[in-house]
Amino acid sequence: MKGNSIWFASFTASVIIAIVLLVAGLPSVTANDQPSAANAAVNIDNFVFGPPTITVPVGATVTWTNKDDIPHTSVSTDGVFKSKVLDTDEKFSYTFTKAGTYPYYCTIHPKMTGKVVVQ
Amino acid sequence: MTDKNKDLIDQKLQDLNNDGVDRRGFLKCMAWAGTGLVWTMSAGIPSSRAFAKTAHRKGDSGGDFTFVQISDSHIGFNKPANPDVTATLQTAINKINAMPHKPDFIIHTGDLSQLSKPSEFDTLDQVLKGASAKQIYFVPGEHDMLTDNGEQYLQRYGKGTKGSGWSSFDHKGVHFVGLVNVANLKAGGMGSLGHEQLEWLEADLKGRSASTPIVLFAHIPLWTIYPDWGWGTDDSEQALSYVKRFGSVTVLNGHIHQIMQKVEGKVSFHTAMSTAFPQPAPGTAPSAGPMKVPADQLQRVLGITDVNYLVSGRSLAVVDSPLGDSGSSPSGNGGTGGS
Repeated sequence: MKGNSIWFASFTASVIIAIVLLVAGLPSVTANDQPSAANAAVNIDNFVFGPPTITVPVGATVTWTNKDDIPHTSVSTDGVFKSKVLDTDEKFSYTFTKAGTYPYYCTIHPKMTGKVVVQ
Repeated sequence: MTDKNKDLIDQKLQDLNNDGVDRRGFLKCMAWAGTGLVWTMSAGIPSSRAFAKTAHRKGDSGGDFTFVQISDSHIGFNKPANPDVTATLQTAINKINAMPHKPDFIIHTGDLSQLSKPSEFDTLDQVLKGASAKQIYFVPGEHDMLTDNGEQYLQRYGKGTKGSGWSSFDHKGVHFVGLVNVANLKAGGMGSLGHEQLEWLEADLKGRSASTPIVLFAHIPLWTIYPDWGWGTDDSEQALSYVKRFGSVTVLNGHIHQIMQKVEGKVSFHTAMSTAFPQPAPGTAPSAGPMKVPADQLQRVLGITDVNYLVSGRSLAVVDSPLGDSGSSPSGNGGTGGS
């Protein structure tokens, strides 16, 4: 029986450590009253914003990176943000300070659209 | 014309046309439609040099003329699909300068530059200076209006044009209209002409005789080729409704870096090769990005388009020549002059 208790205790400890690690590693999406900044990335690859919809907390900075051989832009449909022209491997970042849904597109290839949801 | 070539053309026409016109009869007349386009194929590249020669032998060359379309030179692009786009543009100009019938002028259907940089436009100017044809007409591509709403493009290439760079002119009885469908593009949409330009176009064409041959040119195709890649123009139907009453309409576009042709009623549509890099056929790749081909194949997929206007038929014959062509082969032109 004693052996079992030791095993149980160490198991519990592991689980607790794992949970602590998990919480530490998580962006503040689940963190309670005081959301802090978190970063998110959108890759532009093969004329697609990936992921096309990204959900981030208020205060998050989203960074777009153009992985194509062709220039693209990331421009808010409602005029909230506007990147310069991004040539290959160039980046653009924007920090979202208000909750809401922000649709955007590439002004050069307007079939390319995406959305940032800020919660 | 070999059976194989004929089948190829039949197949292509059946694929592209569904307007009830008897294409077989059309082909018997040396693939010639009174409305304008010559259809012959040589190794997959439409070519009709033999036709042009025959036409000239008929001696009715009074007001005939040739002009050349070049497109998508993308000066500034330097990726593996073509690390030296300036050199391939130079090759295109050399080819134009070597043409037996000197073109009256050149039309550039946009994407002059890769990133609208002054240095890119400077390089383009430098190369175009060497063209034997001194008159060059331009319409912008989306790459030419990246940084400043096209201000610099307009200053350099759009003098005397309206709006974002549209204009028209007459040459030896043919009315040419350069349209801009790359400005103010809307999220989720394709190319767009916009209300103001459409109104201008309607007024520009009004009062012209229906027998006037019309040439419309714009960067993005004015017919829907592949919406998923944005290869079309949302309000092109409206523009085309204004040219319906004309007997001969030729529409010249770029943007898709490959040859596509279609005849719809009296309207012939044609897209040109790029002088910089090829793009994949619609839907054959994950995206419309530059297509990489072996270096020794590159000049076979780049090219120029020359257009011959023949007064006798009030029609235009469109001839595509790849840069690496060692002299266009007249194969497939067996029925020349048959109609």
